[in-house]
Amino acid sequence: MSASSPFGRAAEQAQSSDMLLRLLRVARGAGVRISVAEAIDAFESANAVGYADRQALKDALTLTIAKSVEDKQLFEQCFETYFKRENTALSGNLAEKLPPPSRPEGEGAEGEAQGMGGEGQGAQSRLGQMLLEGDLAGLAAAMERAAEAAGATNITLFTQTNLYARRILDRMGLAELEREIARLRGEGNAELADRLAKARAALGEQARSYMERQLALFSQGTTREIREGALRQVNLSQLDRRDVQRMRQLIREMAKKIAERYSRKRYRDRRGVLDTRRTIRKNMVFDGVPFRTVWKRERIDKPRVMALCDVSGSVANVARFLLMFLYSLHDVLADLRGFAFSSHLIDVNDILRRENSDDAITKILEAIGFGSTNYGKSLEDFCGMALRSVNRQTTVIILGDARGNRNEPRVELMGDIFNRAGRVIWLNPEPQPLWGTGDSDMYRYAPFCSQMMTCNTIAQLERVVEELLATAR
Amino acid sequence: MSSTLEQKIPTIEAIEEGLAGQGYISSRQIATALFLAVRLGKPILVEGPAGTGKTELAKATAGFMNLPLIRMQCYEGLDESKALYEWKYGKQLLYTQLLRDKLGEQLRDAATLDEALARLDNVDDMFFSERFLEPRPLLRALREPIGCVLLVDEVDKADEEFESFLLEILSDYQVSIPELGTQYAKVIPIVLLTSNNTRDLGDAMKRRCLHLHIGYPDARREERIVQTRVPHVQASLLRQLVHYVQNLRTQDLRKLPSVSETIDWARALILLNASQLDPELVHNTLNVLLKFEGDMTSAGKLVGEMTHQAVRESQHGMVAK
Repeated sequence: MSASSPFGRAAEQAQSSDMLLRLLRVARGAGVRISVAEAIDAFESANAVGYADRQALKDALTLTIAKSVEDKQLFEQCFETYFKRENTALSGNLAEKLPPPSRPEGEGAEGEAQGMGGEGQGAQSRLGQMLLEGDLAGLAAAMERAAEAAGATNITLFTQTNLYARRILDRMGLAELEREIARLRGEGNAELADRLAKARAALGEQARSYMERQLALFSQGTTREIREGALRQVNLSQLDRRDVQRMRQLIREMAKKIAERYSRKRYRDRRGVLDTRRTIRKNMVFDGVPFRTVWKRERIDKPRVMALCDVSGSVANVARFLLMFLYSLHDVLADLRGFAFSSHLIDVNDILRRENSDDAITKILEAIGFGSTNYGKSLEDFCGMALRSVNRQTTVIILGDARGNRNEPRVELMGDIFNRAGRVIWLNPEPQPLWGTGDSDMYRYAPFCSQMMTCNTIAQLERVVEELLATAR
Repeated sequence: MSSTLEQKIPTIEAIEEGLAGQGYISSRQIATALFLAVRLGKPILVEGPAGTGKTELAKATAGFMNLPLIRMQCYEGLDESKALYEWKYGKQLLYTQLLRDKLGEQLRDAATLDEALARLDNVDDMFFSERFLEPRPLLRALREPIGCVLLVDEVDKADEEFESFLLEILSDYQVSIPELGTQYAKVIPIVLLTSNNTRDLGDAMKRRCLHLHIGYPDARREERIVQTRVPHVQASLLRQLVHYVQNLRTQDLRKLPSVSETIDWARALILLNASQLDPELVHNTLNVLLKFEGDMTSAGKLVGEMTHQAVRESQHGMVAK
């Protein structure tokens, strides 16, 4: 191929592969899922199209790495930001901030003419020279090198910006520069010392903004991961208002993932029961001799869900997220009916289908008012409204703390529901030791629940919903 | 191994030209996908809305690279015997009947049962040989001596089990037939899988493929496409109708018109001897573009306004955002 020396080519390749690795990390951070195999493909395809043509490189990488339209957009964005960064390690305004290069005044030009000796009077340190000469390219390269050595791409939190900026400056020879400024002041060359000090300040600012850009590029993913990981475990009744938005996003993502997994028709072989019709059809090619058997299959139905949610006080938040979860899953549920109750029970299907979840919850609360919770009355309402449509395929989910303010719990109604339904799952936001204490009727309802569990975080919610879909009949 | 294929397409530009020669106006990304597919020996998973030329891409590729096109349409219940190979059972049965006497003759003088069995063994090998093998699309694709373009159409319609089975073939380009041994690809075929997103394909599948998304083309590419497909269309009408369709795609419709519909519309307009778009004409031919009653009524209301907009924009040569 080209006549360049093998060594040169190898070095060039190492450099571009470093670049590619960093780019992949940026993309991963931004949320593009890239497996190791795909990373290898990325290298191969980059080698196939070459690094020179940026558009071709972008196309090639997009093809190998991003496997959905959203991922493609994300990746293209990353690609653009990344290369904008590559091109300008120093943002343009350093040139303005630096004291004007001294050449026009004669001194610098002289220095240049005299070579090392002349400039040496100005500044002896390499850094000082570059600053005085306004050697932007040199400074940029030095900063990149220093950043690399300082491991700048490992930055994860914004509080580390200054730390890393300092490390970069140290590696660029800040100490030497400081000494030099001090020396110049000592020698009485205040003017030059001032200029260097000013340049040093500008450089410091540059290093910080460089690190801020690094942070934006490389930490996105990690900080988000940390945050979302924490959100999954956070107690929903104590959720911060500002996290609600993020939580909603998280739920939507989780629901999408679950929906993808369960969106197909699912079958289960019933071993031992021959499907005569299909066996004959399949064995027609064998002259009707049944070589290949086909077993009857059972279709795994989508679950029919009825969700009864207590929307009073501390349970409201959990209820909101459960409803949000279920309604984002409406695609994979055959039939979903939501009910909300407090002092009495209402059907909230229409509200939830029409409104976005925030307004919906407010609307529901308005409709029910803030009466004291009455489980007995609510169960009675439910039985009047919907008991007839509860059948063996129905899963009834009740979300509540079972604290009925000493009203009659109407356990027998719960028994009716249990007898008709395929499954009754009770989710209680309270931790188990508190069940049955005070006015909690949890253990009186317990005989009529197929499952009871504590459910107070998104992670628990996710588990409940997963199980609901996985074991549906 | 596929160096001859690589030589056929030395650059990305060459692919673009080649496809254009077949009447397929590609984008740079499409050409890059083909370029990489040949060099990396990887299948391309083509996704995008219906009617944007996914299947057409395979045909054009086969055409300009002078390779046979092998097409496999996927559907629910598609299995190995229909996709990979099958024994010609009927022929086997027929032959055993016909050869019965001959077999009897052969076995008559066998002294022991063992000897008879040994002789039968040979016969058995004969029955499970090339002669009775019916290669289906996948095996045919592996056996093509000069390589081929394998189009696995609408892979999302096939079952998940079939998808996993496909994975095995697509990653190694080999299959094992128990009676014959492992079959390797003579030349690695260019594989295109298309999907309409009726369901999400498995991650494993996506990981092994290059992922190409062909969306609706921009105005300039669409003009060129219609131009190549409907050469008689007048330049002014062409621009107007493309602008109209482009605007229509920004509306909230159940099914957006795709390129194939634009082409149909252009043909329809030519048959009606139109040289200009006007609201009445658009109104009467809107059913070529839109396939749902609801879409027709909602777009029908805006016909006048959008027609004027399209005419105006095409005069300015601008594309509406």
